[in-house]
Amino acid sequence: MSALTYEDVISKYEPVLGLEVHVELNTHSKMFCGCSTIFGAEPNTQTCPVCLALPGALPVVNEKAIESTILIGLALNCSIAPFSRFARKNYFYPDMPKNFQISQYDEPICVNGYVDVEIDTDEGPQSFRIEIERVHMEEDTGKSLHVGGATGRIHGADYSLLDYNRAGIPLVEIVTKIVPGTGKYAPEVAKAYVAELRDILRALGVSDVKMEQGSLRCDANVSLRLIGSDVLGTRSETKNVNSLRSVERAVRGEMIRHAERLNKGEKVVQETRHFQEDTGLTRSGRSKEKAEDYRYFPEPDLVPVTPDAKWIETLRAGLPERPSLRRKRLQEQWSVPDKEMAAMINADVLNIVEETVLLGADPTKARSWWLGEISRLANEKEVAISELAITAKDVAEIVSLVAQGELTDKLARQVVEGVIAGEGTPAQVISARGIKVVNDDGALMAAIEKVCSEQSETADKVRNGHLPAAGALIGAVMKETKGQADAARVRELLLGHLGQAAN
Amino acid sequence: MINNSAAQMSQDLVSGATTSVALTQAHLDRIAEVDDKVHAFLHVDTQGALEQAALVDAARARGEKMGPLAGVPLALKDVLVQKGVPTTCGSKILEGWRPPYDSTVVTNLKNAGVVILGKTNMDEFAMGSSTENSAYGPTHNPWDLTRIPGGSGGGSAAALAAFQAPLAIGTDTGGSIRQPAAVTGTVGVKPTYGGVSRYGLVAFSSSLDQAGPCARTVLDTALLHEVIAGHDPKDSTSINAPVPQVVAAAKNGEVKGMKIGVVKELNGDGYQAGVRQRFEESLELLAKAGAEIVEVSAPNFEYALAAYYLIAPSECSSNLARFDAMRYGLRVGDTDGASAESVMNMTREVGFGREVKRRILLGTYALSSGYYDAYYGSAQKVRTLITQDFNSAFEKCDVMVSPTCPTTAFKIGEKANDPLAMYLNDIATIPVNMAGIGGMSLPCGIAPEDGLPVGFQIMSPVMQDQRMYSVGAALEAALLSKWGAPLLSLAPSLGGAA
Repeated sequence: MSALTYEDVISKYEPVLGLEVHVELNTHSKMFCGCSTIFGAEPNTQTCPVCLALPGALPVVNEKAIESTILIGLALNCSIAPFSRFARKNYFYPDMPKNFQISQYDEPICVNGYVDVEIDTDEGPQSFRIEIERVHMEEDTGKSLHVGGATGRIHGADYSLLDYNRAGIPLVEIVTKIVPGTGKYAPEVAKAYVAELRDILRALGVSDVKMEQGSLRCDANVSLRLIGSDVLGTRSETKNVNSLRSVERAVRGEMIRHAERLNKGEKVVQETRHFQEDTGLTRSGRSKEKAEDYRYFPEPDLVPVTPDAKWIETLRAGLPERPSLRRKRLQEQWSVPDKEMAAMINADVLNIVEETVLLGADPTKARSWWLGEISRLANEKEVAISELAITAKDVAEIVSLVAQGELTDKLARQVVEGVIAGEGTPAQVISARGIKVVNDDGALMAAIEKVCSEQSETADKVRNGHLPAAGALIGAVMKETKGQADAARVRELLLGHLGQAAN
Repeated sequence: MINNSAAQMSQDLVSGATTSVALTQAHLDRIAEVDDKVHAFLHVDTQGALEQAALVDAARARGEKMGPLAGVPLALKDVLVQKGVPTTCGSKILEGWRPPYDSTVVTNLKNAGVVILGKTNMDEFAMGSSTENSAYGPTHNPWDLTRIPGGSGGGSAAALAAFQAPLAIGTDTGGSIRQPAAVTGTVGVKPTYGGVSRYGLVAFSSSLDQAGPCARTVLDTALLHEVIAGHDPKDSTSINAPVPQVVAAAKNGEVKGMKIGVVKELNGDGYQAGVRQRFEESLELLAKAGAEIVEVSAPNFEYALAAYYLIAPSECSSNLARFDAMRYGLRVGDTDGASAESVMNMTREVGFGREVKRRILLGTYALSSGYYDAYYGSAQKVRTLITQDFNSAFEKCDVMVSPTCPTTAFKIGEKANDPLAMYLNDIATIPVNMAGIGGMSLPCGIAPEDGLPVGFQIMSPVMQDQRMYSVGAALEAALLSKWGAPLLSLAPSLGGAA
């Protein structure tokens, strides 16, 4: 175990970050051919001469992918290059059919942007500006499954299976400039940046942004330098960081590992490291000391990308509201406490709550349904909320029925459960299950009289002014009416019946 | 029947004087008769050709509207893929591979009813000027079987000269259509880059490769040009514009008032005397036909060869990376415990020939970090300068002309161990590829000193391909009336029907 604490590290060193995020676009077809991009198909069923690199096949750029990339660039405040080119990155690997990757090199499509992210610090919320160096397009590789061998890597494997379904899926790489000045908050800033990117990409609708499925992948570059120094330290590049929490852990872990080496007078090796989800540590990948020579040159099979300025302006005009600004706006409009807001974001219910509110529901009620009962049922069934058979419209209707006194909270929960069970709309569930509030005072009085005579001792206590005893009687009445009565009305009638004024 | 032009064969098919099946069979017979001497073909698709011919005959019998070349046989260079038919590119590394798809050129040929006889021999991956670099043995020049038929498309040119096919498809990266045409006394055209789709053309150098038509007359070449040309959405570099009216130009053959620019730098020292003589005579014929002959200069052409041998190998080093034994073609060393890396290495070691390896190494070096600017970067600048030379020259003339090659066909083996001497064959053809313009070679006579055919090159600006057909047709007509018979009738008989 490490002898150094995080506090030791940050008292001596300043971390410098650099983050590379790969995003799989959600276009229907691949970057350079017409093959489908649907995740999880039978191996090698979504392939053609182009993405298998059969002799003679040629790439053709997917225009939708260009559009998505420009949208990303605009959302990240980048300049969109009027002229950009694809380049070939040459290296041999069995899962890369052409043995070169079509990427962009010195002429990327989007450059010089920024994203502001906010994190909680000891001094309250603080904003950090992350500068974006470039956003460029490239194609994904196929997938290798190395069978046998200890490491799951190609070396030492008995044999390898190749699936080219992923080969040619459009990827966008978003590269930050170096990020200095985050101090001890480097891990949180890194996480907040990836989270912000994820939200922006989701709002743009250009990617599924599922880190666990690999549609959003982060490589974290970390280096340390002595506080006050302006010379950059040697960096490591950590790959395989597949969740927001891992981004934070990986940066923190690398900071400690680097500091340990530097304190011992050892050098940090410039290398690729792989994040280990179970330990939170990284292990060494290939060393980058012998920098691989990718022999980049402009892709001669593709013409330069020269987007029309008018088109770019049309795309800019159609950009969605920035997610972080939207969150602030909604929080104010709905008067949501910070903690609740965070809970809504974590549970990913902001959109559906907003939809419910737009259908007329009270924001607090809408929030509490989605975050409370519905989240609970989703957890119980181990599915995402979005997979439940309940819509914003259903919840808005239920909230309205409660407000009108047509349902009690307890009955409303039964209705929600019925809707989720697939019994239909709230109205259908109410009618099929015979759910209704008993607000016929006559029926309630009959129940009250019955309960009071059965529990005459308790009733006497209430008659004598011991009001807390009323609870037991109210409960019994509710039971008698199968929970369909309005508890407040029962209390009112009961106290009146026993000669006590309701309050 | 096989000595006719494609245009004549087409007429005979229309009139009912012959059928496509008969015509195809006659060519298959000719192939069977002479190809052991010529070795123009790597694969003869007897069954496929006869089936296609029968379909065309049936369609014609039903009165369907047919294209001008429907039913006429053709030889296809083995660098273009044809579904189900072996495609080797003259390399061991693709031995046995049958493509699962058609190149756009093949699709266009099929749609036009052209009958594909088979695949022709070539320098491995189109790298060479003699067809000696084929892994399947050299092709022999029908004029003199001890001589090379040019390259890389020696098989296609030899097939035409030996009357094994009236039409052929070639590809031209630095002269691979025009130089074989020149040394075999046939006609070959490299269209404007982007004029013919490259989809399904196995890439050597993507920014230079261009498929084009080959035949024995200018008109036949034009007819084939219009069949294969046109925009293709599957090739991003394909030009989205109407195909130049090359057939009309070839039929008119009008040069009155045209300015013909003789390239000062592509003549003189290093050009064989007989080549220069026939070239000069051709200029006189064109002048007589009403053209104005002017001299133009292209000072940067002297760097073309050097720049070409950086750009083409660089692109080829990347294009040929896909031949790695993982998905198709040859696989060597796949024994128990062998790693993917060693299988890739061994396959490429065994599968590629010397010239291909030489160019892969050259290109890998030229693209390396630290050398890129000096080599690939400088070469691209030269390319721009060459384009500028053409642009300013074309301000002074409508087409530019030169001898196609410095010499006539040399002996098999003569230059096989001297790559630089071999590369010099393409000195006059390479600038055209560097600038992406159109170029044609047509026969302009026999060099008196060796009795071998000489090629005359015509170059036309981007998408003005019709101009070289006008000039080519005019010169062809003038030469024909001078000779009294086509040049190929002077070629020694290989025996048999010809």
